[in-house]
Amino acid sequence: MKPVKVVHYLNQFFGQIGGEEKAGIHPQLKTGPIGVGQLIKKESSDRFEVLQTIICGDNYAAEHLDEVSSLVSKWVEEIQPDVFLAGPAFAAGRYGMACSVMCKTVQQKLGIPSLTAMHSSNPGVDAARKEIYIIETGDSTLDMKRVIPKMVGLAQKILDKVPIGMPQEEGYFPRGLRINVRAEKRGSKRAVEMLLKKLRGEPFETELPLPQFDKVVPAPPVTNLAEAVIALVTEGGIVPKGNPDRIEAHNASKYCKYFIGNKNDLTGEEYQTAHGGYDPVYANDDPDRVLPLDAARLLEKEGVFAKLYDYYYMTVGNVTAVASAARYGREIGELLLREGVQGVILTST
Amino acid sequence: MVKEIERVGLPAVQICAIVPIALTVGANRIVRAIAIPHPTGDPKVEKEEEIELRKKLLRTALKGLTEKILEQTVFK
Repeated sequence: MKPVKVVHYLNQFFGQIGGEEKAGIHPQLKTGPIGVGQLIKKESSDRFEVLQTIICGDNYAAEHLDEVSSLVSKWVEEIQPDVFLAGPAFAAGRYGMACSVMCKTVQQKLGIPSLTAMHSSNPGVDAARKEIYIIETGDSTLDMKRVIPKMVGLAQKILDKVPIGMPQEEGYFPRGLRINVRAEKRGSKRAVEMLLKKLRGEPFETELPLPQFDKVVPAPPVTNLAEAVIALVTEGGIVPKGNPDRIEAHNASKYCKYFIGNKNDLTGEEYQTAHGGYDPVYANDDPDRVLPLDAARLLEKEGVFAKLYDYYYMTVGNVTAVASAARYGREIGELLLREGVQGVILTST
Repeated sequence: MVKEIERVGLPAVQICAIVPIALTVGANRIVRAIAIPHPTGDPKVEKEEEIELRKKLLRTALKGLTEKILEQTVFK
């Protein structure tokens, strides 16, 4: 079997230079394996040969990620290994961040397969999990003996171009990739089996994990509606005709605010939808079908509530990142609160 | 969005067609809309009737804003 040439990245501690007092050291290149590198060699039955070890202090790396990663990739380019390995970093945040950024940079710049390993709490995980394979470890070096074979095994598979298994089989953090696989049993059968397990209180593994959303304690209600200022907000993409602020049809990068203080009705001549995720015919025909201004004005005249706020806020809620939507909501909420609005009606499509 | 508006202390009701999504994302006050592409309208009915329908939906939503709730609530 052809030997595998490796460059290995370590911090000052695993690089056997020193502890926290040496965390400021600049990146340096050493010949041959050091510490964990010996273990990598051993666990690969001597197939993996660490040609060079790069060592950098945790503080220096974390504070100069761009500089260190470009130097590291320059060195790696000169050495031309088959694979670049970093860590494992376990729960060490600065180290984990450095490992992830080094791997990501080397792989993206040079196309050399790169992988690392760390604990789920490490901020390095989210820094690069989508781009590279990061093996999940325990939170301390006690897990070293279990993790190194995993790193070596996965690296070998990548190099041998063997299909990579699912995250839980191989032990890496999910990268958010979707691949088609042929299952032995059809979907309905799998679903019923899962349901039966659930009913029996047995462990089962979902095929479609749902994102976790947090709950908010309900705000105090509007106490006197007849005296309240109410605002309209929509995620349905209603904008003045021509979309003057050029809000995106999907994954909107912003929210907009438009004056409606002089309007009693939204017409298709003056407004339209900019949303790219639903059939726009009905909304373009009568935008009140998404942003109910005409009915709100009538209720205002009837005195059901005191006043409709003079502006409406809008965005396009179409594959918009949860984090962006949360920010838009928070900012809109704070602005409306400051403007003396007491209640919000939000429509979504 | 509606959840974050509510988080700053402003009661906010969401009119949306897919109630389970509103529940999953954590909206506290929910009113079921007419349909995804026209949450507050119905192109199949006459204009006057459609406005009445829209007013009715808004009345339900406004009622939702005035109620003291302890958990996620779908108003009808």
